[in-house]
Amino acid sequence: MGYINKQRNILDFTLSSLGRRKGKNLALVAVYTFVIFLLASVLFFTHSIKKEASLILQDAPEMTVQRLVAGRQDLIPKRYIDSIRKIRGVQSVAPRLWGYYYDALSGTNFTLMANKDLKDRVGEIIIGSGVSWRSGTGKGKKATRKNDIIPFKTYDGSVLTLKVKGILSFSSELVTADLILVSETDFRKIFAIPHDHATDLMLQVRNPKELATIAAKITQRHPDTRPILREEILRTYNAVFDWRGGMIIVVLSGAVFAFIILAWDKATGLSGEEKREIGILKAIGWETSDILLMKFWEGAAVSLSAFFMGTFLAYLHIFLSSSILFEPVLKGWSVIYPHFRLTPYIDAYQIATLFFLTVIPYTVATIVPSWRSATVDPDSVMRM
Amino acid sequence: MIHLQDIRKVFNAGKPNEFVAIKGVNLTIDSHGATALKGPSGSGKTTLLSMLGCMARPTSGRITLKDREITSLPERFLTEIRRETFGFMFQQFNLIKGITALENVMIPAYPKGEKHVSLKKRAMDLLGLLNLADKALSKVEWLSGGEAQRVAIARALINNPPIIIADEPTAHLDTRLSMELIQIMRRFKKDGKTLLIASHDPIVYESDVIDRIVDMRDGKVVSSGDVP
Repeated sequence: MGYINKQRNILDFTLSSLGRRKGKNLALVAVYTFVIFLLASVLFFTHSIKKEASLILQDAPEMTVQRLVAGRQDLIPKRYIDSIRKIRGVQSVAPRLWGYYYDALSGTNFTLMANKDLKDRVGEIIIGSGVSWRSGTGKGKKATRKNDIIPFKTYDGSVLTLKVKGILSFSSELVTADLILVSETDFRKIFAIPHDHATDLMLQVRNPKELATIAAKITQRHPDTRPILREEILRTYNAVFDWRGGMIIVVLSGAVFAFIILAWDKATGLSGEEKREIGILKAIGWETSDILLMKFWEGAAVSLSAFFMGTFLAYLHIFLSSSILFEPVLKGWSVIYPHFRLTPYIDAYQIATLFFLTVIPYTVATIVPSWRSATVDPDSVMRM
Repeated sequence: MIHLQDIRKVFNAGKPNEFVAIKGVNLTIDSHGATALKGPSGSGKTTLLSMLGCMARPTSGRITLKDREITSLPERFLTEIRRETFGFMFQQFNLIKGITALENVMIPAYPKGEKHVSLKKRAMDLLGLLNLADKALSKVEWLSGGEAQRVAIARALINNPPIIIADEPTAHLDTRLSMELIQIMRRFKKDGKTLLIASHDPIVYESDVIDRIVDMRDGKVVSSGDVP
């Protein structure tokens, strides 16, 4: 009990000590919070967007087969399906039709995809939440609702009007934001794709360990194809977002270093007043360890408050305010996401890393100079 | 109670600015009395007082407190003795600015782990005893010299030490406040405390509170005797 009371008493004193240099300490906490906020924002963002990417790919086929002509992707003939299906280990092969559609009205690119469920529903579409927001016509950009008509310009310049029959909602907005599902017939009408061709082929295999062998066999039978494994796509996504996160960290490193210098200066240099106080405390019966305990609480109070506030603000920034600050850098090429919200995924390991790289060094930096002062003979205070 | 045997204190030993502050002092201080260390500036009063209060170690010689040799004790034990045995009143008061009078009084007891509520009550009682209850929540820099002095006295008493050490306690007080201080000291003595006061103020060493005067000059005890 005595131990806890001692900690409480010293913590009490520390907090009122911090209150005495209010301006200085508040400024320090503000800068510290800002740095944590920036770092935590980058961590939250890259982790969540990677997580979203993996979610999208969860339902993706294990392997996609594309056809290449002169090194570029081209339509793949449907006759390839039969020969690929015969390869041992292949469970199913399905053609897929998808592409990008530029909507001049809203100045946006959409992803158009033929959907099996709409096979017999020619003239109908199901749209993603981003589409429903952007393609609205009239004054401003009001949301598109069910039963609205959306005009599509086909390959020959004629207009094909399609009726919205539903709006997609998934756990990840990234999956659906710019997606428009159409019937196969309408898709072929818009892009003039021959009936015996598809955009690519989706493969399911029985044993994922055989993926590489199957891919090798496909390229052997059809040298003009390129099999892409789901794992490869995921790796690419991760690399891209890690690279972007890294880029942001590099840009921020200036601010971080400026803070380190500020914090180091504040934490390591004891003012004359602080040294005098340590002398008084020693003279009236505080042990060196009591003074270090006080300084520990001081460092911990400053860095923990900054850490929690910075992390909390970063959470609000990334998951509730659509990452306003980083959006242009981190989100990339698309202009479709006016209200893009990431689903909150937080990696405890990353938070712990941030904690150990910020809170611990600051707290230690506060203790060290006090230790030097606290070992001085207390009689110096008699001569002040 | 406290016995000093051939005490020497050298500052900056071995350097060109070496200075011998105390030159072989032998002294015995009894319990329950008031001893004044008297002498001009630079006579070694404060240095001797800081060694008596376990704040500094002598360069040579031995100090015993209640038959316990304390000169060779490690710092941690000296701190404990300082906390339990002595209450200090410094020349400059040495209060911690920016916090209240009450908190200043409580500080020496914080490391003891006493419950905050009971500690606060004791501190309030002490401030009340010194007529400062209404100033308990005032910041110390707002207090007058006399009030700050009394806060320093309350702080010296918070751990209920048997010995009070005061270094030039009237240096920043006018005659009226100095007389008030003498009254407070009289009360301490009545309560059975031992007083050790370094002062060159006649109001202090000529007062009836003082039982014994130790006259110092140039780091040596010139004379020492009971006040008739």
